Amino acid sequence: MSVVGPRLRPNLFERSRPGRGNGKIPHPPADALDRLPTEARREQPPALPELNEPEVVRHYVNLSQLNYAVDTGFYPLGSCTMKFNPKLNEWAARLPGFAQLHPLAPDEAAQGTLELLWELEQSLAEIAGMRAVTLQPAAGAQGELAGILMIRAYHRDRGDTERTEVLVPDSSHGTNPATATMAGLRTVTIPSAPDGGVDLEAFEAALGPRTAAVMITNPSTLGLFEKRIGELLTAVHEAGALAYMDGANLNAILGRFKPGEAGFDVMHINVHKTFSTPHGGGGPGSGPVGVGERLVPYLPEPRVLREADGSFRLERPGERATSIGRLRSYVGNTGVLVRAYAYIRAHGASGLREVSDDAVLAANYLKHRLRGAYDIPYDRPCKHEFVASASTIRKRTGVRTLDIAKRLIDHGFHPPTIYFPLIVDEGMLIEPTETEPVETLDAFADALLEIAREAESDPAALHDAPRSAPVRRLDEATAARQPNLRWKPMTGRQMPCPD
Amino acid sequence: MAYGPHTADDRARMLGALEIDSVDRLFDDIPEALRASALRLPPPEPELLLSQRLMALAARNRTDLASFLGAGVYRHWSPPAVDQILLRGEWYTAYTPYQPEISQGTLQSIYEYQSLIAELTGLGVVSASHYDGAAATAEAALMMCRQTRRSRVLVSAAVHPHYAATLRTYFHGRLEVDVIPMAVGGETAGTVDLEALERLLSQPDAPVAGVVVAQPNFLGLLEPMARIGELAHAAGALFTAVIEPVSLAVLAPPASYGADIAAGEGQPLGIPPQYGGPYLGLLATTEALVRQLPGRLVGLTTDIDGRRAYVMTLRAREQDIRRDRAASNICTNQALLALAASVWLAAIGPHGLRDVAAWGAVRARELETALAAVGVARLHAAPYLNEFAVRVPDAKRVHRRLLERGFLAGLPLVEVLPGEPALADGLLVCATEVTTPDEIATFASALGAELSGDGRADGQVRSPAPTGAAR
Repeated sequence: MSVVGPRLRPNLFERSRPGRGNGKIPHPPADALDRLPTEARREQPPALPELNEPEVVRHYVNLSQLNYAVDTGFYPLGSCTMKFNPKLNEWAARLPGFAQLHPLAPDEAAQGTLELLWELEQSLAEIAGMRAVTLQPAAGAQGELAGILMIRAYHRDRGDTERTEVLVPDSSHGTNPATATMAGLRTVTIPSAPDGGVDLEAFEAALGPRTAAVMITNPSTLGLFEKRIGELLTAVHEAGALAYMDGANLNAILGRFKPGEAGFDVMHINVHKTFSTPHGGGGPGSGPVGVGERLVPYLPEPRVLREADGSFRLERPGERATSIGRLRSYVGNTGVLVRAYAYIRAHGASGLREVSDDAVLAANYLKHRLRGAYDIPYDRPCKHEFVASASTIRKRTGVRTLDIAKRLIDHGFHPPTIYFPLIVDEGMLIEPTETEPVETLDAFADALLEIAREAESDPAALHDAPRSAPVRRLDEATAARQPNLRWKPMTGRQMPCPD
Repeated sequence: MAYGPHTADDRARMLGALEIDSVDRLFDDIPEALRASALRLPPPEPELLLSQRLMALAARNRTDLASFLGAGVYRHWSPPAVDQILLRGEWYTAYTPYQPEISQGTLQSIYEYQSLIAELTGLGVVSASHYDGAAATAEAALMMCRQTRRSRVLVSAAVHPHYAATLRTYFHGRLEVDVIPMAVGGETAGTVDLEALERLLSQPDAPVAGVVVAQPNFLGLLEPMARIGELAHAAGALFTAVIEPVSLAVLAPPASYGADIAAGEGQPLGIPPQYGGPYLGLLATTEALVRQLPGRLVGLTTDIDGRRAYVMTLRAREQDIRRDRAASNICTNQALLALAASVWLAAIGPHGLRDVAAWGAVRARELETALAAVGVARLHAAPYLNEFAVRVPDAKRVHRRLLERGFLAGLPLVEVLPGEPALADGLLVCATEVTTPDEIATFASALGAELSGDGRADGQVRSPAPTGAAR
């Protein structure tokens, strides 16, 4: 097709030719479906693409090559922990004994997986300093929902029904306030203190008999450990509220800080961040939730239980009346959890602590290298990530963080998270992780320093970046104004490409 | 550390640049009283030993059984090309395509996925993926409430019980769920009781936001979807069809019977069962409801040079933009599974998909006939595609006995629907294209022998599975 550029690919539908690609499945008898009532039958077969296998393979291999990925280069996307995904774990999850196990197989047929899940629950509880863990949530955001629903159930059981507010700092992930809304609670946003930390006084002023929960990310989304967390947790509990910890930044504190020990009542863990399970182009994740003693009765069902004889089983429906119920079908994203189990076993106690040590060392080193060329709005030792800002550069040259991010692509790097957290002007949240060699950190720092110089010497070039990517900057406004969300054969002026 | 690159020299260099003597200095901001106790976990395990541990655990699962278990998760053959494509690191080690210039592979694949599911369902707007069938169904119910500004949803008793339970959790007493009972007795037993539905829809003080019915339903039966849709719409309610995507090769697409939303489990599109996930939540709707749709959407556009390109769009629905006013809190989704489903659909093609669905119908019919021949009859009379319930007294015990003989004999319904007396003796069984005639014959023979009290005498049964599996 002439409508695609040199590196872009015709889509599956354009590649289709009637009659291609038959023969993988033998044909069933012609009368196979005659017993179905006509009104339940489909009149027209779906117009799905017809391709032979070589075309399918080429299509997807070529498409994959348009992607940047951890396996192709440095991916310092702050808040996402884009560390190396061990290949052993991909192999393990595909072992037929794990992959082919039906989720409703009876417990006696699933002892291997149940033991793995139970042991993973124990390990995560130990890492989080929590009493118990559920593996059910499919992602961090679903873990948040589980946590807030448990907090709600806890207050209800105590007859404490006036607690309808969730306090969230303005630097939080968007999932925190969105979760509060899904749980039927109201978000109260608390501004951050000038040093980027929680504003203890502002929290204390907002805490009260209406507060159900406080949601804190620690280290914060600025990559800073909340030094006053002990005081804050005391204030939260004195007000009769519970403390939720967003565990997105757990990679910074393994073996150094156990949220449950410190007084958090509940936290979620993103195993696709800290425990190396692949991000998959957007998912799957898995969001186990750890709870302290008070919330154990409310854990989602089913839990994985260990019997007195050493065997394992799933909790039966309705076995624990206090449970908040199910968040999804079956037990959880088990295939993801197999990978997380392997990662934790591979590292052990000493290795996990080293993960955080190296992640924090790398972030501080990178921050040190950028100081001077970029603003470092909160310049104290960071944890596994830090915020740099192009605020001064923008004032001097008109070059924005967006331009710098796009120029990094020309230097062969994935940009950091940009314009998050929302409280930083022209912010870039940079998270190198522990699996990048120091040569890579240096090369990335060199690229950012050169871009800062380029902003002075040739700002126009930055507005044009990227030039080396498969496509250049996109017309996002038209995409939103005239949404085209599915392929329909297009002709003439409807064709989105002029050629 | 297993995958860390740093040598002692590297660390020393970085510490030197920071002018500190130990990495501990970087953790000085953790208040002393709050520092962690020692991690009590086993020591690191080298990959060789870890791989042996993992193989031993996997071997303790019984995946050698001849399986007739479906109940929402179905075994299908997947061409090896599919997994080989999924193993490319460019797919699975990328994240959400926040930088579209270097994510066109993922973005185009999601757009193609949206297009494929739009073809199957007939509904033009498809989310980039949701967690699973249960969460997608719950989100569909929430969409109906937001759109109609009503707070009561009717859910068929023959929707997957995990989906109904999930929906209740998402509603958590804030919104109301009423169950539409199944008809008991007669030709329509096991399907939606239409008279009860009409009654539930006509309570003037409790207007209904939407109706949720599965096709095929949890018992494998086909529901009168067009009629249900008419009743819902006549009451000003919306209509969500919980669909099984392989069946849509041969069954009427949701758009044709007036569904406003299709939700369902994408696992049958070539995704392995893997004890519960990761799966693929399917969520499709009409253009009229696009602003209510949770999760990511990819749209077609151009770059500044006019080249065709893809980008995440309509993002003002999402949590990272809208925070507490977002359509949902979903962030990470199941993108890799949407890719898996697309590659599988592309690899087997439309004729292959139709043949997969038709083989399920053929093998299931053979199963029905073989079971009837040993005195095991269907529990319901309504038509089915590839799954149905049979009457087996004391189904739980029989199921356990057959497990010892190498069969995964479907699902005793009492385990998941204990509140339905009409299903107390029900055993839900299914067949797909991977079910063999030999498995059907030996299963029927074993079940017949079990019921006639002659379990041990039958020479036809498979030998018990290797030891070590059950403990």
